[in-house]
Amino acid sequence: MLYREVGEFKTSYQSDQQTFPITSDRLVVLSLIFIAFFVIPFFITEYMASAIVLPFLIFGIAALGLNILTGYCGQVSLGSGGFMAVGAYSCYKIMTSFPDLNIFFCVILSGLVTGVVGLAFGLPSLRIKGFYLAVSTLAAQFFLVWAFTKFPWFFNFSASGQITANERLMFDIPVSGANVAAPVAYLICLIFFVSLAFIARNLTRGSLGRKWMAIRDMDIAAEIIGVNPLTAKLSAFCISSIYIGISGALLFCLYFGAVEAGDAFGIDKSFLILFMIIIGGLGSIFGSIAGAAFLVAMPVILKNIMVDFLAWPVDLASHFEFLIIGALIVFILIVEPHGFAMLWRIIKEKLRLWPFPH
Amino acid sequence: MSKQKAPSERQNSYVTADGRTIGPAVMEMKNITLRFGGVIAIQGISFDIHEGEIRAIIGPNGAGKSSMLNVINGFYHPQEGKIIYKGEVRRPLKPFEIAHQGIARTFQNIALFKGMTTLDNIMTGRLTHMNTGMLSQALWWGKAQREETENRAFAERIIDFLEIQSIRKVPVGRLPYGLQKRVELGRALAAEPSLLLLDEPMAGMNVEEKEDMSRFILDVNEEFGTTIALIEHDMSVVMDLADRVVVMDYGKKIGDGTPDEVRKNQAVIDAYLGVSHD
Repeated sequence: MLYREVGEFKTSYQSDQQTFPITSDRLVVLSLIFIAFFVIPFFITEYMASAIVLPFLIFGIAALGLNILTGYCGQVSLGSGGFMAVGAYSCYKIMTSFPDLNIFFCVILSGLVTGVVGLAFGLPSLRIKGFYLAVSTLAAQFFLVWAFTKFPWFFNFSASGQITANERLMFDIPVSGANVAAPVAYLICLIFFVSLAFIARNLTRGSLGRKWMAIRDMDIAAEIIGVNPLTAKLSAFCISSIYIGISGALLFCLYFGAVEAGDAFGIDKSFLILFMIIIGGLGSIFGSIAGAAFLVAMPVILKNIMVDFLAWPVDLASHFEFLIIGALIVFILIVEPHGFAMLWRIIKEKLRLWPFPH
Repeated sequence: MSKQKAPSERQNSYVTADGRTIGPAVMEMKNITLRFGGVIAIQGISFDIHEGEIRAIIGPNGAGKSSMLNVINGFYHPQEGKIIYKGEVRRPLKPFEIAHQGIARTFQNIALFKGMTTLDNIMTGRLTHMNTGMLSQALWWGKAQREETENRAFAERIIDFLEIQSIRKVPVGRLPYGLQKRVELGRALAAEPSLLLLDEPMAGMNVEEKEDMSRFILDVNEEFGTTIALIEHDMSVVMDLADRVVVMDYGKKIGDGTPDEVRKNQAVIDAYLGVSHD
């Protein structure tokens, strides 16, 4: 066996606290990152990027963010679409106000702006919990999208009501707008994705993550051992919004190029991201990524099978796509309510004893 | 050690039957009255908890014992009376602020973080000792890593002490009841409390588990020198463990003293056995 979990004896707490304590895991992940950075950019096609890879990376970031809030801190949010809109519109305002600013700074700044907005909409969480909080974040969703279509200042009084990403150059290569080459857009998204996943993992394994999980599992006990519920919940709201804002900004300036809040950031996006983390596994970084991959790739795969392979009409295929994905979600949740992350853990535990389980 | 103490403090100290010297009062409750609307849960109760002692609070159901613990760690704020903690009158604080002052507790019905492992649960007990900034944590660099390792070392001491090494990485939801109770004690101990409150640490346990838990409570008191206030219904346990006992009934204090004194107290006997009203 090449992959083995046995024979590793940790001699320091530091080595026991690693993200991937098993050497084989570490090697696999490092080589995947290496391939993602140095191999895929040479092969990526326009179709691959726009159909699967970019949406996966961008929604993966949003799923990481929502998982911090909902999976780790236990605060259900249905406002992700609205916060993505905040990211996109603040990115647009920053890009038009500072024409020379590097695209990375634009995206990070719009993430921070979203963080502040998320902080404000997180305030009700100090008083209300569960479904009631979900409803109040739903209000955030509708209010934000309404504000972005209602007040022309947000889209610089353009006649169409859309915001359009103007072209930015970095080393003479377009890095934003409609003409970005697939490998460039891919690399920018990948850099954000990998570093944000790294940060999410670090935050959730340290003392801040434990505060969040303590609030999630039993808020009264958390308070008794010294967790300030105010700072714990608000920090989760803020960080999660930064993530979602960054993904909204990337979606706007690298994927769509031009968006309108009502179309691109509707309630369906909030649910999509929520489905990703529920299917992937609440409270798991791997789960957010797996859930995003599943919900982005599945429709494309199904469509390829039905339209190209079975030669069904496109409209029939698209209806069937909804049916099949809905059925799959229900099936997965019945089989394993804790999502892919739990499934993966169980498979690993079974395989550890395989083929002699007794 | 009492020889160096100021005269006023020395008056407070005493020596127990088994020869341990108990320090001055760590916490004094003065005339605490707690009302919920018209219901009086606690009525003018005063007692003190001394440094290093095991103090039991007993009484029939509904006597107000748990309310008393909730007053001590800030869930309820009494309408009257004052709480003197480490020589200072305590203003009304939130529970998490009181945790930072060094009061830890366990609950009657287990209040562990079910989704987290034993180790993580005990590490949450260390939260009051961890204060790295968010940035350092995000990058897992410098102070964050150092602090994590230091506190892990302390958590491991607790794990060794409670003999739960084998379940270190098991999510606590999967553990049997007795072990969960032990992990909860571990989480409270991890905070290195100066006052540890135990709300029925032996509820629902069998004899063997009770013996284990009693042993741990005595060892905690002895090895870490932790002051302990506990509520318990099992009288034989209370009388064996406690240095001094407060007896409550219907929100009033009906007895206070060493187990022997309390056992002979007529009011206590009446409260527990009932009085004939003919």
